[in-house]
Amino acid sequence: MASFKSTKIPIYPKLGEKVTPDTLYWKNYKAPVQIKEFGAVTSIDFSSLAPHNYAVTASTRIHIYGPFSTEPVKTFTRFKDTAYSGKFRSDGQLLVAGCEDSMVRLFDVSGKVALRVFKGHTKGVHVTDFTSDCYHILTGSDDYTCRLWDIPNSTELTSYKEHTDYIRCGITSKLNRDIFITGSYDHTLRMFDARVEKSVMTMDHSQPVESVLLYPSEGLLVSAGGRYVKVWDLLKGGQPLVSLKNHHKTVTCLSLSSNGQRLLSASLDRHVKIYNTTNYKVVHNFDYAASILSLALAPDDESIVVGMTNGVLSIKHRKSPEEKREMAGKQRMQPVYRIFVKGRNYVPKKDDFLVSKPVKSHLAKYDKQLKKFNISKALDTALESWRRNRKPEITVAVMKELDRRGTLKNALAGRDEQNLSQLLNFLIGNVVDPRFTPVLVTATEMILDIYQAVVGQSSVVDRQLVRLQELVEREVDYQQDLLEVLGMLDTLFAASLPRKEVILNSSPLARSDGKIM
Amino acid sequence: MVAHAEIRVVHLSGSKINFREPVITNDSRFLLCASGESVKVYSSSSEECVHDLQGHTDLVSGIVRNPSNHLQVYSCSADGTVRLWDFTDGILIKTFIIGYPIYSIYVSENHGGVVFVVVPMANDKSSELFQLVAVHLPLSGDQEVEARELSAVLCDVSPSGAASFGRKGEYIAAVKGLQLEVFFFKKQKSHRFFLKSGNKKGAKNAFTCVSCHPKEDCIATGHEDGKIRLWRNFNQKKEYTYSTLHWHHGAVNTLQFTPEGTNLLSGGIESVLVQWHYTQENQKDFLPRLGGAITHIAVSPDGSLFCTSHSDNKITIIQSCVKVSAIIQGLVKGEGVRTDLTIDPRSKALVLNGKPGHLQFYSLHRDKLLYNLDIVQQEYIHEEGLDQFEVVKAAFDTRGDWLATVEERTQKGSELEINLKLWVYDEQTQSFMLNTTVIAPHEDQITAMCFSPSPETTMLVTISFDGHFKAWLLADHSDTKEGASWSCDFVGGYHHLKPGCCCFSADGSLLAVGFQEVVTVWSPSWELLTTLSQPPGAIRDLCFGRLSCSKYLLGTSTKNQLCCWNLLTCSLEWSTPVDVSLLQADPLSENMAAFCSQSGCSDLFVFKPGEPRPLYSQKALCTGKVQRAVFAPRDQMLESCEEHAQWLNRSQLYFFTQHMDLMTFSTKTEEDRLLASSKRLMVDDSVAVTPFYLLLGKHRQHQEALTNPMAERIQLPQGSIAIKELLYTPAHVLPSASFLCSMFVRSLLISSSSASEEKEPVEEEMESEEEDSEGEAELRDARQDLGGSAAWGPGEELGAPALTKAQERELRRVKHFDHSWLSSVLEC
Repeated sequence: MASFKSTKIPIYPKLGEKVTPDTLYWKNYKAPVQIKEFGAVTSIDFSSLAPHNYAVTASTRIHIYGPFSTEPVKTFTRFKDTAYSGKFRSDGQLLVAGCEDSMVRLFDVSGKVALRVFKGHTKGVHVTDFTSDCYHILTGSDDYTCRLWDIPNSTELTSYKEHTDYIRCGITSKLNRDIFITGSYDHTLRMFDARVEKSVMTMDHSQPVESVLLYPSEGLLVSAGGRYVKVWDLLKGGQPLVSLKNHHKTVTCLSLSSNGQRLLSASLDRHVKIYNTTNYKVVHNFDYAASILSLALAPDDESIVVGMTNGVLSIKHRKSPEEKREMAGKQRMQPVYRIFVKGRNYVPKKDDFLVSKPVKSHLAKYDKQLKKFNISKALDTALESWRRNRKPEITVAVMKELDRRGTLKNALAGRDEQNLSQLLNFLIGNVVDPRFTPVLVTATEMILDIYQAVVGQSSVVDRQLVRLQELVEREVDYQQDLLEVLGMLDTLFAASLPRKEVILNSSPLARSDGKIM
Repeated sequence: MVAHAEIRVVHLSGSKINFREPVITNDSRFLLCASGESVKVYSSSSEECVHDLQGHTDLVSGIVRNPSNHLQVYSCSADGTVRLWDFTDGILIKTFIIGYPIYSIYVSENHGGVVFVVVPMANDKSSELFQLVAVHLPLSGDQEVEARELSAVLCDVSPSGAASFGRKGEYIAAVKGLQLEVFFFKKQKSHRFFLKSGNKKGAKNAFTCVSCHPKEDCIATGHEDGKIRLWRNFNQKKEYTYSTLHWHHGAVNTLQFTPEGTNLLSGGIESVLVQWHYTQENQKDFLPRLGGAITHIAVSPDGSLFCTSHSDNKITIIQSCVKVSAIIQGLVKGEGVRTDLTIDPRSKALVLNGKPGHLQFYSLHRDKLLYNLDIVQQEYIHEEGLDQFEVVKAAFDTRGDWLATVEERTQKGSELEINLKLWVYDEQTQSFMLNTTVIAPHEDQITAMCFSPSPETTMLVTISFDGHFKAWLLADHSDTKEGASWSCDFVGGYHHLKPGCCCFSADGSLLAVGFQEVVTVWSPSWELLTTLSQPPGAIRDLCFGRLSCSKYLLGTSTKNQLCCWNLLTCSLEWSTPVDVSLLQADPLSENMAAFCSQSGCSDLFVFKPGEPRPLYSQKALCTGKVQRAVFAPRDQMLESCEEHAQWLNRSQLYFFTQHMDLMTFSTKTEEDRLLASSKRLMVDDSVAVTPFYLLLGKHRQHQEALTNPMAERIQLPQGSIAIKELLYTPAHVLPSASFLCSMFVRSLLISSSSASEEKEPVEEEMESEEEDSEGEAELRDARQDLGGSAAWGPGEELGAPALTKAQERELRRVKHFDHSWLSSVLEC
């Protein structure tokens, strides 16, 4: 005697992205904290010193925020024009920033007034950075030059004028105090050695370069410009490795995750994309409200800070493990004492005979009713509001089962106005869902057959029938449009492969046919 | 054509066991059922077949217990004989020749020496009218007796199972159509009762079955509309009464009173055994979901066991209407094998569709259904006229790790529903687990499906009437939580033609797809390599050659052609005009089998694609078309040296005829071997012949054979004590096994003195070697022995010229011994 086989609820593949460890990792952030700045946020830099404050450059100010504060810890306002590229020194004591007024200012993090002001550039300075020995500063400017400055003497050491357009990005090597790389709107990336008078390496990005980034090993260089993100192998003399084109607007900022395994790129198209650095595939994607100009990750990926053109700074903090656990704990039911503790510690004695209980199979309510051939009741159960709204696949599966048994018509018949409108509501909601259409179309036809005599007796049902009709007509129109598009695409595809067709159909076919005949 | 006497086409069992009502023996230990041309005796507890009573030459059409001897049964057959069997020993006791084909048999305790059989009215098989006749069985000592003393009892009865004896055998009731006829033996008179055809309100009054109450005058009849009528007071023509019971929604197939008459059992298409209480008729018990439709019910004479036979060739044994205790399942053969015959590479079982929505795994070697795999996984609704899901295709990959199935449901007025399911073999549960379900893989029927045999990729190709073929690949999603699943990799087509068949080459490097008249050959990277065609006639079957013939591709077309293409030159090698209905390649050799239908008969040709002459051919294999065929690899290679039988050495060819008989080819050497093994396997009848029993029984016999010569020897008293000590002391007080081992082994050794004469040389050698290193016990014995036979000393031996080897060795050993004590004795 076989047991009753319950109705199979088909599991439909989840649409959208797949759940990978990456998506789990990058989704594990809290809702963003938003801070309004005075202007577009052009640069964000994290201090390497705990508690990892970060400097946000926007308009004529640089704000320094603590890791969890929404109010700035400190503000530098001594800029005459728009400030650019506020950068911490590696010891977190000094901060350098460029300005549209061509001056470079050096601040003590605890002070207010600039310690040093480096004058020499003739146009706005968009790039500033400290060298790895902490005594020099690299600057890049719209006057096409990049310069090295000595901090103690506040003098200019060297100046390179090789770029032929604005220098908008640059980075110093963390391993060698003399090496730095700049990117310019002249489409090139140049690597300089302070001991040599000319650039040592030039790479052509073929787009205005907006951002450069060095891997921690400094063997690879990443540059962003236009819609492209390019990776260069410095050890092979600047050979291009990969060119990524995942954004549909200019990529403005690059960042690496703390373990160096993931690369993040932010773009004016309002997306932040995360790449796997082994295969350079996009593993995750963040959406923001406005075009992104700057992006930074806190050490250990504790927070993601994004600055946008509309002056909004968005900070996402990672969920702490306790919070995660809390979330999980809430969902689990408390064990009932009676059930879970009773007899739990009982150890069977030597002579005890263990009686294994037959496993009782649990049947859902609609299955119990189907087992007893209570078809109308089973359909009612399946049409209960929560099931109808949250799990329409169950309702559809029960309808399908009834149809298979040949009793769907009987189950649908004999319903009053309220019941019928419920049923029609469900149909209106789901009949165009491609997963359910085959079953629901049959059910709809049956309902129309059964209830055609009572059309016009109830305004509620009539209104729903009209809605259903509109829905079906719209769907038919959609399908027609789609078929048209399909036809167009077919012609396009056919046009794009003419040569292959000819080869396939003419030479081997004719030859073989000729021999066979 | 040379007649090959050595190769015979034989029926393979797997015949219907639900053809007639089974019989339970008086002691409820055995169950007998008619199975084709034999009667099978099953053990009711272990479900194993204990005996196969063979003797009838045509379909067995009924079995009844001999009322005068509870160890005997009568069986009747369409060959016109009634045979009396002793089922415990499986011996044919007597054969009564009636001379007419018999369709069923009835007996009663009160009619000793008489059996009632149903025979055709006119003496030919085509007759539509049947009569019930009483046959007086002559008492005679002969094995074969002619029983010609027939007396007609009832005319115009239905041929099967629609008659029943009443209380004390006073009357017999038979039903046919709309008529119930009761024949009273005392008055030699029959009463007839008619029902109206009553077509209104869907009532169909035709009788289907009848059963008489064993203690009271009551007849229960079942009807086509599901009603059961209880007739009483039927000894008057006019004042009879009946009451109606109604539960079944379909026809009542069978009715049976329990021996005490307290309950009435009924069954029908619903597959629910209904137990009506005779006194309180509105009370009933149910035993639902037994399987297929119930066709017969039998009750053991003591009422403790029921058994029901089902339409899916199954017999269920039920203990007192509560619990199913055993299921005897035969090969399920529906109207056709919709899935092709396949062989499971793991279990070597024949796989085909069985019960609705199931695949059955049938062991060909043991003639037993191994298990059913539920493919559809839906509750089966037993109702006529419903469109159910059916398994239409099944395919295994080469290692048996994956199984692909296609199920299909056609419904009037709605779309065709197709599901493709992929099953992975689970080592732990030893069965297939569902991995992926693809809903609507194609828009139309799937016509063929095959796995790629290449070991690198796990790929499935499905071919459908919608003009496409699709390749499905196993994609491993190890980065996400769900495991490996299948997804579509490639969709191909050729000029919107409908593909009909596909075949992979043996190494999986080529895929041939037959698109009507054109064969397309594809590479694994889905490039169309070449097209071959030989019009007119659409391609029906495609087959790549194997091993040395792997450069050939064979195809059969609907217009009577068998073509062989050479794949290296892409040209036609040869073609012959034969109407090949089925082409099958042997997976283990180059051989191909082609079944050709010609003038209502089927011929078989076995050939190698590279050779001009067929290896074997047989004309008029069977009537009608061969439906399906498969090569099953043998578990043991045959060593037949006849040239024309060599193709059967590695694998065996099985096929289904038009009438759904499973046939095979057997050679002389094979039959000899089978005969020898069946002799060897003669076993105790009371115990069912399980493989386990065979193993253990053989082992025991072997042991007995070993111990018998030992028993004659004199056991050493000290040895037996040691063994006893070892065996009867509780294990926890014993010292470690390593310590005991040498002692135990020593105690088992037999002293050379008592056994030396009868021992074989080899054993002797072993023993002597052991003794060289052995302890004192034997030494002492040997000394005693020597002391006893000191008379024949070395001097005598020197004189003897011819010594046996054994004696020589004995001598050598004696020489090793210290003889100093002897001198001391002599001195005394």
